[in-house]
Amino acid sequence: MKTESRLEKVLAAGHFAVTAECGPPKGSDLAVLEKKGKALLGYIDSVNVTDNQTAIVRMSSVAACSILKAMGHEPVLQMVTRDRNRIALQSDLFGAYALGIRTVLCLTGDHQTFGNQKEAVGVFDLDSIQLVRTVREMRDNGRIIGGEPIQGPPKMFIGAAENPFADPVSWRVVRLAKKLQAGADFIQTQCIYNVDRFEQFMRQAVDMGVTEKLYILAGITPIKTAGMAKYMANKVAGMDVPESLIQRVAGVPKEKQAAEGIKIAVETIQQVREMKGVAGIHLMAIEWEERVPEILEAAGLAKRPQV
Amino acid sequence: MIVAELKEISEIRRMIDRYSSILVVGCDSCVAECAAGGRRETMLLAAALKLSYAKDDKQHTITESCLDRQCVDDFIEGIAHLVPEHDVLLSLGCGAGVQALARVYTDKPIIPALDTLFIGETEMRGVWQENCLGCGQCKLGYFGAVCPVTRCSKKLMNGPCGGSKDGHCEVRPDIPCGWDMIIRRLDTLGELDRLNEYVPPVDWSTSHSGGPRRVVREDQKP
Repeated sequence: MKTESRLEKVLAAGHFAVTAECGPPKGSDLAVLEKKGKALLGYIDSVNVTDNQTAIVRMSSVAACSILKAMGHEPVLQMVTRDRNRIALQSDLFGAYALGIRTVLCLTGDHQTFGNQKEAVGVFDLDSIQLVRTVREMRDNGRIIGGEPIQGPPKMFIGAAENPFADPVSWRVVRLAKKLQAGADFIQTQCIYNVDRFEQFMRQAVDMGVTEKLYILAGITPIKTAGMAKYMANKVAGMDVPESLIQRVAGVPKEKQAAEGIKIAVETIQQVREMKGVAGIHLMAIEWEERVPEILEAAGLAKRPQV
Repeated sequence: MIVAELKEISEIRRMIDRYSSILVVGCDSCVAECAAGGRRETMLLAAALKLSYAKDDKQHTITESCLDRQCVDDFIEGIAHLVPEHDVLLSLGCGAGVQALARVYTDKPIIPALDTLFIGETEMRGVWQENCLGCGQCKLGYFGAVCPVTRCSKKLMNGPCGGSKDGHCEVRPDIPCGWDMIIRRLDTLGELDRLNEYVPPVDWSTSHSGGPRRVVREDQKP
C-alpha cells in the first residue's frame, strides 16, 4: 500500500469502487455542504470534492474536504492548475495532508472564460500531468519541485482525469499512459453517454497494458431533463451525448424525465461494470447528490466494503 | 512582428482633448504590416481627428509624421524638430514605441493610439495570428514548430486537454486546438515519438515572470 487512502485500500482489495462528486457551495454556508455530505454518507467509498468547477467561485476544495472528513467521509481533493501556481499548489498539498486528506485528483481545470470570473488571469503554471508528477515526487522521494526535501511529506493516492471522448481520438490512450508514467494511481473518466466509444477506449487501454497498473473509474452523470442532455451535447466542452439518448429522455413526459435519466445511469453502470479494466465508478450527480443512494441501490452497489 | 489595433476614436479623444496641439506619430514597421499604425493609418487617424474636432467645433492643431521605426533612437530623432511646437505626441507605435518616445522626449506627454496585442504573423491579408509569447526558452523544435505555450489556451506542455473537439479549442470554436496542430504536424513528420517524453514544468523565470527583460551585448555597443 502506497498510502493510507481508503480508496486505495478498496481498489487494492479488488472491490468495485464507488466515488461520488460533491460540489461545495457558492459561499460559506456550512449547512449546504453538510446536507450533501449527509445524503452520501455510507453509500460511497470516497467523496470527491470539486475545485471551483467550470471556473465558478465556490468554497475551497481543501476546506470542503476537511469539513466532509469531519462528518466521516473519506475525501478526494480535486486540485486544478488554473488558479494556483506551483507555490500555492504545493503549499495546499501540505495543508490538505495535515488535515487528513489522503487522496488527490490532479486536473488542469476548465478555462476561466467558462465561469463567472471571465476576466481572471489563467495561471496554468503547471499542467495536470506535471501536478501528478509533483505529488508523486512528494510521496515517493519526499521532495518538492526543484528537489528541496520536505518536513513530513504528504503521501497521497494520486488520481487524474481522462476524457475518452475528446479529440484527437488516437491520442487519448497515449495521454492516459503518460499520466500513468507521471505517477497516476487511478483515473476518473469524463461522463459516459456513448458506451460504445468508451468500450473502444477501454479495449485500447487494456491492450496497451495500462489497466494493469492503473485503476480506471468510469464517470457517470445522471441526466435530469432532456434540456440538460441537449445542453451537455452542445455546450459542455468534451462531451459526447448521442442523439438517440437525447431522444430517449425527450420521449418521456417532462415529470418522468428524471426517472428516465436515472434509469439510463443505472444501465450505464451495469454496462461499464462488465468491461475489462473498469475498477469502479465515479458518480457525478451535479447538484443532485441526494439521488445518489437510489442510483447505487438500483445498480446493486449501495453496500460498501469494509477495509 | 508586433500586432496591434487602433483604439476607438472616443477613447483616444478622452486622453488628448486636454491638449490643443497634437503630433500624430506613426511607425512604418510591424504596425504598418498589420495595418494599424503605418504611414497610411497615421494619415487616416489625423484626418479622422480633424474631422471629429471640427464636428464638435473645437480648435486643435493636428500634425502628422511617420517614423520608419518608433522603437529605435536613431529614427525617433527624426521628429525632433516637430516636437517642441506640440503639446502632446499621439503614438501609433506599439507599446515599445510609445515608451521609447517617452524616454527620448522626457518633457512631453505620449499617448497611445493603439492597443498592442501580440507577437504574430500575417497568415493572409487581413488575418494576423498570435504565435509567440516570448517565453525566453524556445522549445518549438520539440513540438513540430507549433508553440504549446502560445497556441494552447492553457499552456499545456504534455498533450491536449479534454476540451479538444474536432480540432477546436474549448475556449472558442474559432480557435484551433494547439495540441491538435502539434499532433497533426508531428504525425506528418513521422516524429510523434517526441511526445512520449514527460515535459517538466516550464521555467517561467526567463519569461515576463522574471520581471522586465533586457539584453545587453557588449560586442554590439558603440
